[in-house]
Amino acid sequence: MLTILFDGVAYGMLLFVLSVGLCVTLGLMNFINLAHGAFAMAGGYLTVVMMNWYGISFYWCLPAAFIVSAVLGVFLERTLYSRLYDKTHLDQVLFSIGLIFVATAAVDYVMGASQQIINLPAHLNGRFEFLGASIGVYRLFVIVICGLLTVALQFVIGRTRFGSRLRASVDDGRVARGLGIDVTFIFALTFAFGSGLAGLGGALGASILSMDPTFPLKYMIYFLIVIAVGGTTTITGPFFASILLGVADVAGKYFVPSIGGFIIYSIMVLVLIFKPEGLFARSTKR
Amino acid sequence: MSVASATDMSAAAAGPASLRLMSAARWRWYEFLFWGIAVACGLSTLAPALGFTVPVIPTKLMLMSEILILGLLALSIDLTLGYAGLVTLGQGAFFGIGAYTAGLMAKYGAGVAPLSDPLLGLLGAGLAAGVVGFATSFLVLRGSDLTRLMVTLGVALIVEELVNKLKDITGGTDGLQGVMSSSVLGIWDFDLYGYTAFWYALGITFLCFWFCRRLVNSPFGYSLRAIKGNALRARAIGMPVNARLIQVYTLSAFIAGVAGGLLAQTTQFASPDMVAFHRSADSLLMVIFGGAGHLYGGLIGAAIFRVMQDFLSNITPQYWLFWVGIVLILLVLFVRNGVIGLMMAASQKYIAKVPPKSGALK
Repeated sequence: MLTILFDGVAYGMLLFVLSVGLCVTLGLMNFINLAHGAFAMAGGYLTVVMMNWYGISFYWCLPAAFIVSAVLGVFLERTLYSRLYDKTHLDQVLFSIGLIFVATAAVDYVMGASQQIINLPAHLNGRFEFLGASIGVYRLFVIVICGLLTVALQFVIGRTRFGSRLRASVDDGRVARGLGIDVTFIFALTFAFGSGLAGLGGALGASILSMDPTFPLKYMIYFLIVIAVGGTTTITGPFFASILLGVADVAGKYFVPSIGGFIIYSIMVLVLIFKPEGLFARSTKR
Repeated sequence: MSVASATDMSAAAAGPASLRLMSAARWRWYEFLFWGIAVACGLSTLAPALGFTVPVIPTKLMLMSEILILGLLALSIDLTLGYAGLVTLGQGAFFGIGAYTAGLMAKYGAGVAPLSDPLLGLLGAGLAAGVVGFATSFLVLRGSDLTRLMVTLGVALIVEELVNKLKDITGGTDGLQGVMSSSVLGIWDFDLYGYTAFWYALGITFLCFWFCRRLVNSPFGYSLRAIKGNALRARAIGMPVNARLIQVYTLSAFIAGVAGGLLAQTTQFASPDMVAFHRSADSLLMVIFGGAGHLYGGLIGAAIFRVMQDFLSNITPQYWLFWVGIVLILLVLFVRNGVIGLMMAASQKYIAKVPPKSGALK
């Protein structure tokens, strides 16, 4: 029981790192980027290539995945995404689906359609018993990393000057612009950072989540659920939503495998119906 | 006397507007051309039997029936997207429900003769999808475009999950096999080459198209366009906005179900592939390829999409998604309103260049 809870929390933490960038950019620019998972896939595949082809240590792969995905993100943001901010949601969705298709086919072409497997360093494998729960070392590692990231994120957004500018831009972009905050720059930076986090999540998750060319499509729905449940105005909302989703998904697969994803999809639809702005969102009346 | 003059007055006042509406609903030459080409495509398959070959038009009947069916699915999306402005990413759910309903009716109705009748199967497929559409239409009323996209996507995923899990009924991932419909109208059997399938699909697609065309040129259709333009104002002038949206969403689900039923009957197969996410995405792409809000957009888009898929899959199997993605990105960035938008822009340029003869054009 505790094991399931633990695995669920690890999974949820991973989902949070993967999707937090999307939540912030969605709240910031009202831009629905379904291709967010493609950046995670970039990070994951980079890890696979670096470890399996060149034998580089796993610990070097994590920052590399972050940096490469972030650079990729800011490049695409400046060249393509920025043209779509004033278009309709439908255009944005179509555009990002197009990106998913391109990414999927490109990865399929380069790496093949099969699932990629990485060999973690030996000291990250294995399990130990703690308070009756069997705890995987790697999952603990994931929780620690993601936990540190979450604290760091919360600190940056809540305590720094950049964070307060970001929050101002999310709350009301026009007024923020009027106060002299460079919203475009903040957005580009946030987009890069969010993509980088997704890449890092992909690298961390390369051995837990199955890494194959359909990754962006498969996990798109999870990101959407996190947004739907967590809302886009804070980062604590998506955090709790991710943990909830992670635990629910792992527990669901363990206890009632026959109905699979049915529960979480239903939860998403129900939340969207009754609380369209998210379960944990501050109720902002404008 | 005064009554008569009053009616005269109102008739005169109503004159130009109603005339304009009537002329908007008139069939144009290019519409005849369009359906003429569709019929010619079917007839061209008879050409080899007569001793000559048609080089341009592909003699692939199965491909052409599939284009018609996908076109019908795209048409159903055009109805909600192009006219009512409802964004949906879950039309594949209704398509799949229709396909499985028709498939099951044909499979298990074989003993009970009337149930395996193809037309009855289509009706059942449409009704099943329509009922689900009606039930889920209330979800679509709420929230923004984004919420709608996610809700429709969620519904489609639930349906896909159901299809995969209810192995006893749907056959799970193996698909539903042994779908054998009885002959169309009791006369034409489904043959190996797909002659019956093609004409049957063409007939049904045209019928649905004709119905949609009547619908969008009716007051109902104009009220949809008003809602798309500005739902708040439409409500202010007394339009039952929610009721209209529910109606059109249900109708669109019905048509998507019919399209799904058609595919199951003509291919004699129903598989989870028919409810998969890419089905919803592809059909949305077709509408965007062709251009939303003209009814023809979906049909043209389906033809382009499917021919492109056939062509590119021959060159680079499995990587054709890449090209679809590229085309999609370019379309969103540079082209408004798809192929029809391009053609209209071209024709307007042409008209501007050639001065119209007196009275021929306004």
